[in-house]
Amino acid sequence: MTRTSWAEPLRRVVQAAAVLLGAATAAFLAQTALPGDRATTILNIRSGQAVARTPEELAPIVAQFGLDRPLVRQYLDYVGGLLRGDLGSSYQQFRPVWNIIGEQLAATLVLSLTAITLAWLLMVVWVVATAGRGPRIRSLGQTVDTAAAGLPHYWLGIVLLLVFALTLHWAPVMGGSGLQALLLPALTLAIPLAGFMGQATRTELERALEQPFVVSARMRGMGDTQLRLRHVLRHAVLPALTLSGWALGATISGAVVVESIFNRPGIGRVLVTAVGSQDIPVVTGIVVLIAAVYVVANLLVDVLYTVVDPRVRIA
Amino acid sequence: MTLTTERAATAQAHDTEPRIRVRDLSVGFTTSAGHREVVRDVSFDLYSGRCLAIVGESGSGKSVTARTLVGLTGRGSRVDAAELSLDGDDLRAFGERRWREVRGRRIGVVLQDALVSLDPLRPVGAEIEEALRLHGWGDRPARRRRVIDLLEAVGVPEPARRARQRPGELSGGLRQRALIASAIALEPEIVIADEPTTALDVSVQAQVLAQLDAMKRRGVSLVLISHDLAVVAHLADDILVLRQGEVVEQGPAREVLAAPRHAYTRSLIAAVPGGHTRDTRLAPEFVLPAFPKPRAVPDADVPLVEAAGLRKSYRSPGGARHLAVDDVSFTLARGRTLGIVGESGSGKSTTARLVLALEKPDAGEVRIAGREWTGIRESRRRPERHRIAVVSQDPLTSFDPRWTVEQILRDALDGALRPVERRARIRHLLRLVALDENLLGRLPLTLSGGQRQRVAIARALARDPELIVLDEAVSALDVSVQAQILDLLVALQRALGVGYLFISHDLGVIHHMSDEILVMKDGAVVERGDPDAIFHAPQHPYTRELVGALQRLDEPTAASATHPSGENR
Amino acid sequence: MTALRSAPAGAASAPRPTRTRPRVSPALAAALAVVAFLLLAAIWPALLATHSPTANDFAAALQSPSWAHWFGTDEAGRDLYSRVVWGARESLLIGVWAATVSLILAVLLGTTAALGGRVLASAVGFVLEVAFAFPALLLALLLVAILGPSAWTQVLAVGIGTAPGYARIVRAQVLAARSSGYVEAAVALGHPRVRIVLRQILPNALRPLVAIFALSIGQSIVWASSLAFLGLGVAPPSSEWGALLDAGRAYITRAPWLVVIPGLVIVALALAATSLGGRLRDALKTGEKP
Repeated sequence: MTRTSWAEPLRRVVQAAAVLLGAATAAFLAQTALPGDRATTILNIRSGQAVARTPEELAPIVAQFGLDRPLVRQYLDYVGGLLRGDLGSSYQQFRPVWNIIGEQLAATLVLSLTAITLAWLLMVVWVVATAGRGPRIRSLGQTVDTAAAGLPHYWLGIVLLLVFALTLHWAPVMGGSGLQALLLPALTLAIPLAGFMGQATRTELERALEQPFVVSARMRGMGDTQLRLRHVLRHAVLPALTLSGWALGATISGAVVVESIFNRPGIGRVLVTAVGSQDIPVVTGIVVLIAAVYVVANLLVDVLYTVVDPRVRIA
Repeated sequence: MTLTTERAATAQAHDTEPRIRVRDLSVGFTTSAGHREVVRDVSFDLYSGRCLAIVGESGSGKSVTARTLVGLTGRGSRVDAAELSLDGDDLRAFGERRWREVRGRRIGVVLQDALVSLDPLRPVGAEIEEALRLHGWGDRPARRRRVIDLLEAVGVPEPARRARQRPGELSGGLRQRALIASAIALEPEIVIADEPTTALDVSVQAQVLAQLDAMKRRGVSLVLISHDLAVVAHLADDILVLRQGEVVEQGPAREVLAAPRHAYTRSLIAAVPGGHTRDTRLAPEFVLPAFPKPRAVPDADVPLVEAAGLRKSYRSPGGARHLAVDDVSFTLARGRTLGIVGESGSGKSTTARLVLALEKPDAGEVRIAGREWTGIRESRRRPERHRIAVVSQDPLTSFDPRWTVEQILRDALDGALRPVERRARIRHLLRLVALDENLLGRLPLTLSGGQRQRVAIARALARDPELIVLDEAVSALDVSVQAQILDLLVALQRALGVGYLFISHDLGVIHHMSDEILVMKDGAVVERGDPDAIFHAPQHPYTRELVGALQRLDEPTAASATHPSGENR
Repeated sequence: MTALRSAPAGAASAPRPTRTRPRVSPALAAALAVVAFLLLAAIWPALLATHSPTANDFAAALQSPSWAHWFGTDEAGRDLYSRVVWGARESLLIGVWAATVSLILAVLLGTTAALGGRVLASAVGFVLEVAFAFPALLLALLLVAILGPSAWTQVLAVGIGTAPGYARIVRAQVLAARSSGYVEAAVALGHPRVRIVLRQILPNALRPLVAIFALSIGQSIVWASSLAFLGLGVAPPSSEWGALLDAGRAYITRAPWLVVIPGLVIVALALAATSLGGRLRDALKTGEKP
């Protein structure tokens, strides 16, 4: 609407890029933060032994990882590598980090997106049904929201596993593929997320139900259910929409635990192994990747938000 | 829109019978805090083509009474009546389904302020179409056409384009008309208008009232709910005055207004400020504190406030620059009141903030008692800030939420006195605003609106200021409470010689209070002068429009003669 | 705002919210009971435990919950209930320390981002945005990778990992207080800036933190136990709850109670902390407009 209507989106993209750069910098600093001499550490990780090393042993490692170059140069190399998609080399395995992660990334992404979809479904149905009614139903709704939001993934996953897989045999216990195997892990991630988003949505929905435009709609003869679905829902999901960008990052990180419980393939397992063996490049690689996902997801959410709520259109 | 012959015949039949009969209506609410009777034993009739105005202040139950007619009194409410009928149907027995048939089709309701009464996320056309759709009117193309016809009928230009816009994209006047269109889409024969002019600019108020008047002449029965007697005066045929849920007075409008029988009605009428109330008490029964002899005003030749060439603009999030204050200049002499009047967006509040040095002007300056004020650094200005005080529209937001009345006043005194002297001064301040000492330990949240505003005034007086800026200080108060506060302010000025910069959108209040008036529009001063000149011989077209639209209690205005399509804004 | 005049409250007699004695609901009683029990377990475990946490009894290994062993036994025949009781102290301490680290960081970062000069505030704000781009668990994992697993690493990892989220809340609170009407009134009264910050902005903005602290203790224990579940926490044979989870992982199918019951204790504590925190926040809300 104004002449600068492209200035705001551009500003956000630049901001997002800046955040990514900051994340990459933090990751680089993490790599230099390992106590002790890096080359020695790398060799020790690879061999599984912690011994002193001779310079001749260290030389090839130093050359491979560029550890003798000035720090600033290493930093620039690192960032340059990131832009090309090169996340560095693993300390433990003799492979580039991207190869290690890339193999497993798809599975985790599928799991995360399924979980978010499920969470939205659960949340919308539950909140629309229980918000803004009599005090007892409302407090029941709130309690369930809060309880669900606080459930740790590992506990919920194991309980679901026990109940649905081992006892009721509705889902496969371990492994398996396809939708059936996806259900329980996705549910484990979805339930706490639904509780968390539900809290925000519930507050917003109840607030919207008090607004004058809702009264106007009632005055025209609108019934309660139609009111909720046609008028109020759009207002109520705005905070949950804002949370969804964050939710993607959170579910991917939650996948770490869930994949471990359900023995699913994904970067979760890669991450845990890497942390255990202090394979920093893999860890930082995953972390930077997820930060990138988070930033991009938030940008998309911002765009989606202006579609749902045109009042904040960037103009 | 003309009446069909069928409706004309029905109207004939209904002329002698009331369309709505209410006898001994009572409404109670049950909450966790217990049971509360909000309306008690209210009775009235509503006839075809006549307007009944239900008048009262907050807590009078006027809105609740009207809502019983559409079955929307709310959760936890219980409605009892000896009779409650609409065209012969007994409404007391209605279930939700039958109520939904009544709402929108037989009774339409127009709420206040279209900005919040229409879904801000949907185009206004969708809201109007919804009314049609809910009652199964026609198919979609027919409904779309009808929406456009309706918008045109209420005087919205370019109706097809406007129907696709959201309320925020329309001007105040157009929004309000769209709201009215959504309420009358199915041509209900009874329309309830709840505070139809509150929070609207004066010119928009006139348009809305013109719309309602046109409806009345078409044979629609109107129920008008308002706290504003002046607005009600020229539309209402009958008036019902409510107080705390009970009927205080009712009868034909002319009688109630010209010769009120009950003391409350009389005081309500007397409390409305205007030119005719200047230098008189608005609330004679309110006991003012005994003030000492008025003190002599020193330095009467040096003006208290001199504003010269003030300019202030803001950058909105989209990047556009908005000029809020455009070359504003004025002077205020000691002990006098300068009234600044304007509608929303006129720049009057920004001007006040510039005078208070809460914002820095882009150009121009303000001098206080001949000395520089806006041009100096904050560190030099701070010790002088006690000379200017402010009272704003919502005192609650200006009080620290943790503090009691005593703490608020103590904070304002800020260690200027020794503890013993401080306590005495606090007591003195409370006396000045006629508040009892036992309110010292209370939180402002637990006080009434009038009491809170008096605490704000007491705080403003704490360091004996020379100037008080009153920014819409009485706009959120009931008429009777407003009257008390205005009387108090006048008395304080006389006793203490303090000058007022009085900002308001309410012309009546400004006329009552001011020694000199500034009219602002779009950031600029369009006219200035003494009250008589402004109100009886306005020069600028905008001033003329403002004054012309002012609803006066004594004289029904020309609004009733305005064509329904009114002005296009 | 437009409906101010039509508000139902009477003009002359606004209802006075009396300080009624808070009625203890069953939920609140349950929360208090859980917290009290665990506090007692932390202070005086010997009082509550039925067996020694380290007594091996291989004959009784992997028994499900019974009257003899309320929570069952683990692979070495140790009584799970007693292990939970004895592990309470360390687990609670980890939670409390992590919450403390988190909140101190959050307050420092949040207030600087809200009150600092333009440069400082933007810089800190930017750091927060970057930190927020890392999910808490991943940040914690990164720290564990650098520092190696141990109890103190858990404290730091969880503390630093959860700090950005709380810092954002603190920043929002302080910003809201800074742009509030009462701060502007204080400026108009002529109060110096430092006084306004110390006497009005900070006390109002940081008030809800007491409640958030309670909440974050529960949250921190959950996070710490997640780390431990992944094998990155305190080493066995500690009775710390996370270690119990880690040890019990291998027996999920055979002896699920080894993981489910300590998890249940953690969940119960987290819920209790959340609800108590909520109560605390409501109780402290005196003059806030709804």
